[in-house]
Order: sequence, then structure tokens, then C-alpha cells
Amino acid sequence: MGIYSKPVVFAIVSALVILTGTVVTVFIPMFLPSTQPVSAFVKPYTAIEQEGRDIYMREGCHNCHTQTVRPLRTEVLRYGEYSKAEEFAWDRPFLWGSRRTGPDLNRIGGKYPDSWHYRHMQSPQSMFTLSNMPPYAWLASNRLDTSDSFRKTEILGYGYTEEQVQQQLAEYKSKVTSAGYDSKETRDQVTPDALKGELTEMDAIIAYMQKLGRDVKAMEAKQ
Amino acid sequence: MKDTGYDYSVVRGFAFSALFWLIVGLVIGLWIAYEMFNPALNITPWLSFGRLRVVHTNGLGLGFGLAGIFATAYYMLQRLTRTPLPFPGLAKAHLWLFNAAIALAAVTLMAGISTTKEYAELEWPLDIGVVILWVMFAINVFAILIKRQEKQMYISLWYLVAMTVTVAVLYIVNNLAIPLTLFKSYSLYAGANDANVEWWYGHNIVGFIFTVPVLAMFYYFLPKATGLPIYSHRLSIVSFWSLIFAYLWTGAHHLMLTPLPEWIQTVAIAFSIFLIAPSWGSVVNGYYTLQGNWDQMRTNYLTKFFILGITFYGLQTLQGPLQGLRTLNAFFHYTDWVVGHVHMGTMGWVAMIISASFYYMIPRITGRDLYSIKLANIHFWLILVGQLAWTVTMWMGGIQQGAMWKATNPDGSLMYSFLDGLTSLYPYYRIRFVAGVVYFIGILVFAWNLIQTVRQEPSDAKA
Repeated sequence: MGIYSKPVVFAIVSALVILTGTVVTVFIPMFLPSTQPVSAFVKPYTAIEQEGRDIYMREGCHNCHTQTVRPLRTEVLRYGEYSKAEEFAWDRPFLWGSRRTGPDLNRIGGKYPDSWHYRHMQSPQSMFTLSNMPPYAWLASNRLDTSDSFRKTEILGYGYTEEQVQQQLAEYKSKVTSAGYDSKETRDQVTPDALKGELTEMDAIIAYMQKLGRDVKAMEAKQ
Repeated sequence: MKDTGYDYSVVRGFAFSALFWLIVGLVIGLWIAYEMFNPALNITPWLSFGRLRVVHTNGLGLGFGLAGIFATAYYMLQRLTRTPLPFPGLAKAHLWLFNAAIALAAVTLMAGISTTKEYAELEWPLDIGVVILWVMFAINVFAILIKRQEKQMYISLWYLVAMTVTVAVLYIVNNLAIPLTLFKSYSLYAGANDANVEWWYGHNIVGFIFTVPVLAMFYYFLPKATGLPIYSHRLSIVSFWSLIFAYLWTGAHHLMLTPLPEWIQTVAIAFSIFLIAPSWGSVVNGYYTLQGNWDQMRTNYLTKFFILGITFYGLQTLQGPLQGLRTLNAFFHYTDWVVGHVHMGTMGWVAMIISASFYYMIPRITGRDLYSIKLANIHFWLILVGQLAWTVTMWMGGIQQGAMWKATNPDGSLMYSFLDGLTSLYPYYRIRFVAGVVYFIGILVFAWNLIQTVRQEPSDAKA
């Protein structure tokens, strides 16, 4: 009787049924400007920030930290201005997360100096005795692998030339290794001697932390 | 046992693979549950929470869940079509490659090779492997349905066909990415768009792995185990079509109050509420099947697994849509409430139904009596109590955390720091760990019971 005795027809009808909601709520929105708004204020990640983002992904930081501030009074009080779609235009993949075991990080950039992050990454418990965040001291013992840095920015469409990428990396390296770096003392404490003059994975993830939400803060300052 | 020419070796292989990955996944679950209140357990990068959490979710979702589905599907397909498996060699290859893929998945995730998209963390070479495995399964599904001896396709077969089609669409669309190296790729979609695709996938992969095929088991094994026919065929038809239609619209309730366009969120809320109807269609169908035979809850050890299982499914499908409402979502989202919600579904509904299905199926395919009904009852009570203690604890923790995040002083400033909210959860985390241990012991009893069952002499030989 009917399609219950015709498996191929049944499969085709099922496919059409499940595709209806899919087309309306997922496929069509892919091509609407509202899911991919752009803003002149939101700049792509620099090569070092992207390297940091990849380490953030590798360590699964998104399993405990969200990156979306919701438009709720107490949330804006706690974290800052709520998140806008434009901010994520360069994010492949998005890292909004689904659980806040740790605080939201979408406005973390510029909130603390680099030295805070070096100390906190090395041992969260040294700053907050009861924190349950895993220590990431070993990130400072890993030299940053920049061999794919240019190709990454190329795939992600950031529009840098290879020279620009090398320059970004060199500039960041000279910043964190220079005698005048404001967080030099803490960086030297957490970084092994052999890597003090090199870029480490810890440097990269902190560069990424400091980028988060920065563009929105710049936008607000101008308005 | 009559020799019907059915191939049960692959059924048995997948059933014991499911048991293996269940135990591995639960050990990792206990490990990360302990890390939540004692970070000293983050001994090496490989064992740090951020990496291990996805080994837990993938190990249980793909390892245990899918293996349990494949085991029961290969069984139900043959029984319901009265046809032997058309390609037993392909099914055997499917079994071995499946286990290799899950092992590789665990190792790569521990190594930090992850796309970060929830329940789709595997990198692209493994994604291709998953698609090939799915095709190997689908060939047997469609071949057996085309060759079948039984004219009508029973309800369970509808759910299996819907799963086969939908999981393929979901998995391929969400995992499209541009490779950088063998171990790294970047999503094809960006920002809000990527979030929308991911949660369309994330919600529906749960639906079409933890709901649809488990309903297939429920509709097949409940009548088999109780000897009672399903209450209403018409209700199952209505439930089936409205369930698979409505499910796909609801992913964005995971993205409530995020920068995703508001209309997509609102459509998702509306369809989530609608979904209560088809979900409860199956719940009601299950309850009414027992009409006049409720004494089976005492007399038949399997009945209570199915009825408690479908009860947790019913609670799950009420709780889910309510959590999706904007006001409630604003309170509960990102807290442990949601973690409790997920685990009622997996530890309650999915594990109860797969357990009972295995208890029914394994003795029949091996020609042996179940080793011990008493142990099966102990297993039932341990996983019931463990699960309830687990989920209720997480709901309480979630309410507390949500309230502390929102609490303000009379002058409008925040009453609690983030750390205040977190540390107030540690007592709950300790109780959750203990509840998890109770549950785990129940699962060990389950595994022991099945292993002892197949190690016995065949019941024919004894007679």
C-alpha cells in the first residue's frame, strides 16, 4: 500500500521532507546579507593572531569559553558591549561555544595586560586558587611553527602578501622579545631560556586573546 | 533456532563494539567529571579537559551510539524484510573500518586535531572515512529493502531510511572545509553563517542518531519483548512524518540571543514547540501499547527498560522546547542545566533502549539464554539511579549558576564574580562524579551479563 511498500520512493519523499526546513532556515540564509554583514572596523586576524586562534582551537578552549555576549543587562555589565554579527565575518570556523565553565572571552582583548595572561596561562590557580582551568604552562615551551602562516591567511582570504605575513610575525617577535616590552618580566618567568628570543605558542595565543573584541572597542571609541 | 540464512555475525560484532566504546567513553567521562573540580588531573596536554571532552562526546555518540544503531539495524533489517543481508562481506568490512575510524578519531582528538564544530570535530580525512562508512551501510540498507520478502515496510524501517538519508545530508554539508594540511582545515562558512550551519547539524545529528534510530528500536523491540502490538499504526504514521519535517527547522534554538538573524531564532522556537506533538505521539503510542498489561513492569524485566526509556524521551522532548523559549534560554543557556538535559537523553533514553534491545537480541542471535535476569535488573536500577542523581544534580547546579550570573545588588551592580558562580558548583560536581560512578558500575554489570551470555553453552546443546 502506498509509499510504505516502495523504499526508493519513500527515501526520496523523506529527503524532500527534511530538506524543506533545511532550505528555508539554512541554505537560503547562506546567501542573505544578514548572516554575513561586514564592517570597516572589523579587521582580519594578523598572522600571529591566527596562529593563536589555531592553538585555541587545538586545545579546545571553546569547550569551556563562549565568545558571544548576549544582549542582556547583567551580561553586558559583566563582559561589555553585546556581540554583533559583523565581528565574526572573518571567523572560520565560528567559536561561539555552548557552555560557560569559564567566562565569555568575546571582550577579553585589552582588558588585562599581556603579563596577566602569561601568568594566568602558566598557572590559573596561582591567580585564582579555586579556578578549575587546566594550566597551559607548556605552551611557552613550544616554539611557534609559522611554516603555514602565509597559506593560512591565503585560504582564509585575509589578503596579505607573503612579505606582509613575514613582517607581521617579525614585528610581533621583536615586540615581545625587546627589552622595553611592558610584560617582559612575566614573559621571561614563564618562557624557557632557549625560547626567550623566539616566538612561542604562548605568545601567539595571548596575541589572539588581545585581539578579541578590540575592533568593537575601537568602533565605540570613534562613535 | 532455525537456520534462516540471516547474517548475525556483524550484528554481534557491532553489539560488542558498542559495549567496548561505551566503557571507554564512560571512563573518559568520569575522568573529565573529576577534572571539573580538581584540575590536577590535567596531567598532560593529551588528557586536558579541552581535548578530552570531545573524545567523550565522540566516543559515546559515534562509538557507542552508532555501533548500537548498526548492530540493531542489521538485525531489524533482516528480520523485518525476512531477507538475509545482501552483502555480508561489505557489512563485515563496515564493522572493522568503523572500529578503526573510532580509534583514529580518539587518537587525533587527543592530539588536538579538531575542527571545533560540536559533534563534527573530526578533521577532513576522517570525515571522508565517515562518509565512505555511511555509504557502505546505506548500500546494504537499500539493497535489502529492494530485495525484501515482506511487502510492507514496518515503522522501524521508515525511521532507519530517514536516518540513512538525513545523516548523509547533515554530515556532508556541515563538514565542507578547505584543507590546509592533512591535519587541518578551515570551515567553508564564516561567522554567523557557520554557526547556523553547525547548529542545524548539531541539533539534527542528535535527532537522527539519538532519536530516530532509537525510535526504530523502540517500535521493533517493545512489541517483540512484550508480545503486545503497537497501539496505533495511524499515530505512528502521523508522528513519523511530522517529526522528520519539524526537526530540521529547530537548530537555531541553540543560538538564542546570539548575533544570528532573529527570524531564524524565532522560527526555531515555533517549530521546537510544535515538536512536542510528534515526540509525544511516540510516547503515547508506547504507553498505550501496555494498556491492560502494566503488570509486565514487574513480571517482564525488559518492559521497564522500554517504558522508563520512553518516559525519559518524553521528559527530554518537553524540556528541550521549553529551554528554547527566549526568556528561559536567557537564564539556562551556557549553564550546567543543558548538560543535565543532554545526559537525561543519552543516559536515560538512548542507553536504556539500546540495553534492552541488546538483552532481547543477543540471546536470540547466539542461541543462548541470557546469563542472568537478576543482573539485568541490577543493571537497570543502577543506571536509573545513577542517571537521575546525575541529571538532577546538574539541573540544580544550572539553576544556581544562572541565578548567580543574573543577581544584582540594589545599586544595579553585579552581586557575584564569575569565579563565585563557578566555585559554588564544586559540591554539585562531586555529587555528579559519584552518580557517574554508580551509572558506570551499572554499565559494567550490563557488559558482564552479555559477555557471560555468549560464553555459555548454546541452549540447544543443553536441551
